[in-house]
Amino acid sequence: MSFLELSNIRKQFSNVATPAVQDFNLKVEKGEFVSFLGPSGCGKTTTLRMIAGFEHPTSGSIVINGKNVIGVPANKRKIGMVFQSYALFPNMTVADNIGFGLRVAKRPKAEIEPRVAEMLKLIHLSDKGKRYPAQLSGGQQQRVALARALAIKPELLLLDEPLSALDAKIRVSLRNEIRAIQRQTGVTAIYVTHDQEEAMSLSDRIVVMSDGRMEQVGTPFEIYNFPQTQFVASFVGTLNQVQARVVDPSAGTLEVEGQPIVAAKAFDARKGETIAVALRPEMMSLDGKTQDDAVNRLVVTVEETTFLGSIVRTRARLRESVISFDTFNNPNLALPQRGEKITVAFPREAILLLKPSNAATENLL
Amino acid sequence: MKRSTFWGLFWVTLAALYLFVPLWGAFDFSLRAERDVIGVAAYTRAFADDDFWRTFIFSNQMALISIVASILLIVPTAYWVQLKLPQLRPAVEFITLLPFVIPAIILVFGYIKLYSSDIALGPITLLPPLTNSDFSTNILLVAGYVTLALPYMYRSVDNGLRAMDIRTLTEAAQSLGAGWFTIMFRIIMPNLRAALLSGALLTFAIVVGELTLATFLGRPAFGPYLQQLGQHKAYEPAALSVVSFLLTWLAMVLIYFVTRGSNAQVTGAH
Amino acid sequence: MAQAAIAPPKRTTDYVARMGGVPLAWLGVLPFFIFAVMFLILPSLSLFTGSFTDAKGGFTLDNVLGLTRQDIVDAYVLSIQISVVTAIVGGIFGFFIAYALVMTGVPSALRTSLVTFCGVASNFAGVPLAFAFVAALGRTGFITEFMRDTLHFNIYDHGFNLYSFLGLSLTYLYFQFPLMVLVMMPALEGLRREWREASENLGANGFQYWRYIALPILTPSILGTMILLFGNAFGAYATAYALTGGRLQLVAIQIGAQIRGDVLHNPGLGYAMGFGMVVIMALSILAYTLLQRRAARWLQ
Ligand SMILES: Nc1ncnc2c1ncn2[C@@H]1O[C@H](COP(=O)(O)OP(=O)(O)OP(=O)(O)O)[C@@H](O)[C@H]1O
Ligand SMILES: [Mg+2]
Repeated sequence: MSFLELSNIRKQFSNVATPAVQDFNLKVEKGEFVSFLGPSGCGKTTTLRMIAGFEHPTSGSIVINGKNVIGVPANKRKIGMVFQSYALFPNMTVADNIGFGLRVAKRPKAEIEPRVAEMLKLIHLSDKGKRYPAQLSGGQQQRVALARALAIKPELLLLDEPLSALDAKIRVSLRNEIRAIQRQTGVTAIYVTHDQEEAMSLSDRIVVMSDGRMEQVGTPFEIYNFPQTQFVASFVGTLNQVQARVVDPSAGTLEVEGQPIVAAKAFDARKGETIAVALRPEMMSLDGKTQDDAVNRLVVTVEETTFLGSIVRTRARLRESVISFDTFNNPNLALPQRGEKITVAFPREAILLLKPSNAATENLL
Repeated sequence: MKRSTFWGLFWVTLAALYLFVPLWGAFDFSLRAERDVIGVAAYTRAFADDDFWRTFIFSNQMALISIVASILLIVPTAYWVQLKLPQLRPAVEFITLLPFVIPAIILVFGYIKLYSSDIALGPITLLPPLTNSDFSTNILLVAGYVTLALPYMYRSVDNGLRAMDIRTLTEAAQSLGAGWFTIMFRIIMPNLRAALLSGALLTFAIVVGELTLATFLGRPAFGPYLQQLGQHKAYEPAALSVVSFLLTWLAMVLIYFVTRGSNAQVTGAH
Repeated sequence: MAQAAIAPPKRTTDYVARMGGVPLAWLGVLPFFIFAVMFLILPSLSLFTGSFTDAKGGFTLDNVLGLTRQDIVDAYVLSIQISVVTAIVGGIFGFFIAYALVMTGVPSALRTSLVTFCGVASNFAGVPLAFAFVAALGRTGFITEFMRDTLHFNIYDHGFNLYSFLGLSLTYLYFQFPLMVLVMMPALEGLRREWREASENLGANGFQYWRYIALPILTPSILGTMILLFGNAFGAYATAYALTGGRLQLVAIQIGAQIRGDVLHNPGLGYAMGFGMVVIMALSILAYTLLQRRAARWLQ
């Protein structure tokens, strides 16, 4: 049995027609670091708050460590939480903030003090224990919030966009620190973010969400390389998405705006149906230096080439769709000109068939 | 019903009763001027009194003059302090808070002590006694009202100025060739409409029924009149109290709408 | 010269015209400071000097020492008592109402009307207020008669008197607690939801949240506003005079009588009384500022 099990969670706010979260099923193992990734308003916070006990699911069950916690108030769940806005108590010093959970649990002073010192050391703020939160920088405040959440030794740590109020540089260093501390303490963590790079670099697994539903669950590698739906493909990474007409599913053949392409495997679809496919840009090349297995060719018109130092990004148009791909820069490269017709080649494996988004709405491209 | 909602309603009801019952008492009482009939006789009689109109109009005039005077005094000052002399802000703010420390009774006491005789520097008379003529006493009265309203007016104007970017507005106006007079009256003041209106309405609410300054400066204002009326009449003062309340209420409701409108405007402009 | 002050130099921050060492830009605030000196500072100062001047114009401490006269001490004590009582009662009552308005599910229409009503009531002092209370709680007032006729309980037979300490306190409360409501509502709204949730996460119950977080955060505002209420009542003259005439010997009433006709038979002593009043007000505003600074330190 998994450490945390969410089954068929649904949350419907009374004043909103569509549910904020639905059909949510997730199992998290002990010690795992799982991220919820998705655009604003997709229900990440709502799901997190249901786990914490601040919202109650309309239906479904939440089991933590074998115990159903539906109906258990937030202050009895022993879940640590880190808020986007830090939410440090302004009237208490850093040390008092960190010790608060132990203090309200009526632990003896002899236990609180060393624990606070240990936590301060963990976040490298040992000399700042007597300061008030307002006297710390944003990054320091968020570290204190993390220490405060961990001081009660929770088995589950929830973080709701903890870095989004900080500037870019601190974000990177602090996210590494968060991950290191999580490994060190072995706490199971759920991390909400709408920054895909953050999710990719931190997580054991990522849950991609859209419009209150899960789109895909998988390791960063899987999510990035094998997106299953249009939504994931467009939200994560830089895949080119085009509409293709199915010619012969058993042979894996398709047609993009009149030009034939062939996928690596047979697939399941009706003849003549239009489906979304993704084309991996890193497997595309300009014709002429074609690899042997690059059996697919598309004639496109160059719209723009952008010189980005080590790579050159080319944006080109079929008729309707636009694709872009990168070529490594080298001094002998003959850059395609604007308006020039060129042929791009790619192997069968570069084609990825996408399901429509779970949310069944139009994709974001 | 949730338990907290029950207690919430309990306290709110208690407050509403405390605020409403005395007014209802005054209103009810004011309708019983004639034996065994409910009627508006007290109101007709109160309004028929020439002294009522004389004092009421006088108080309104004083309120109006005070409002204009305080706007002319405070807007340029607050503007100038924000734009050019931020180092003076603590001093100016300190002064605008002084009226909280010096109540009306002390203020008027000081005015009478200071301005009821010549102010002289050796043999040279700098200022004749201000309390000698009606006109100069009115000046003292208005000065007192401006002082009483100073904290509210200043805060209102200062917040209003902060909400708009006066530096950019000023520089834009200057680059188009506007002089200070134009900037003040065509740009700053119009943009402060909401702040000025709410400051003005509050000043009005403070001034119209004011008793202390008017009594001791011996001016024929509405406050002293009402107080005198209470000495020998019963129903008319109650009627006029109700009217005063309605005026204050009107001023507050207007402030509510004025400031709400300004917020809407601010967000609308974004 | 005036030109220099009015026509702005191109780069105003770098260059300020000067006249005898005083930057000309200061002329812009001159009217305000002249007004403040003439109508705020000099009048107060003249009371101050008057407190230390004898009939012949020489320096004396007699006036200030004279404040220890029994009737004057009594006046101060009475004024302070009524101010403290109405500040505390109005403060607590107002706090509960603000809490009810912000934190509980009171319908928003009720909320808006009560807040507007509080705005009116906190500005509705003086003669009309006194008369409204006479009409409500006077000997033939609305509530008095209601209680006599329906509950057969005549409050005036049981020691109540509107023209007394209790009556005046009830009247003051009419503008005291609404002011508390108006000031406390934003303070309560400033309590962030995350604070409560963070404390719950850490295992605190509702009581512990209030005990350790919400109340400490609110304390400077609560005490600060109560001090404002104190000053509000301490300086009040019109309401007290209109309601009780001269019956309650408050400081403000005694000063009023002294202005009318030297009832203390010593003008200097009158000035000293006024000076004493300003000192008490100044001390309370000082305490208020210190508390505000404390609150600001937390809530940057
Ligand atoms: N208390 C509430 N009442 C009504 N609707 C709500 C409430 N809280 C959230 N919602 C709605 O539920 C949906 C999901 O909100 P949620 O806060 O979970 O999004 P999110 O994924 O965390 O977005 P963000 O990245 O902006 O934080 C939104 O459409 C939101 O408007
Ligand atoms: Mg969120």
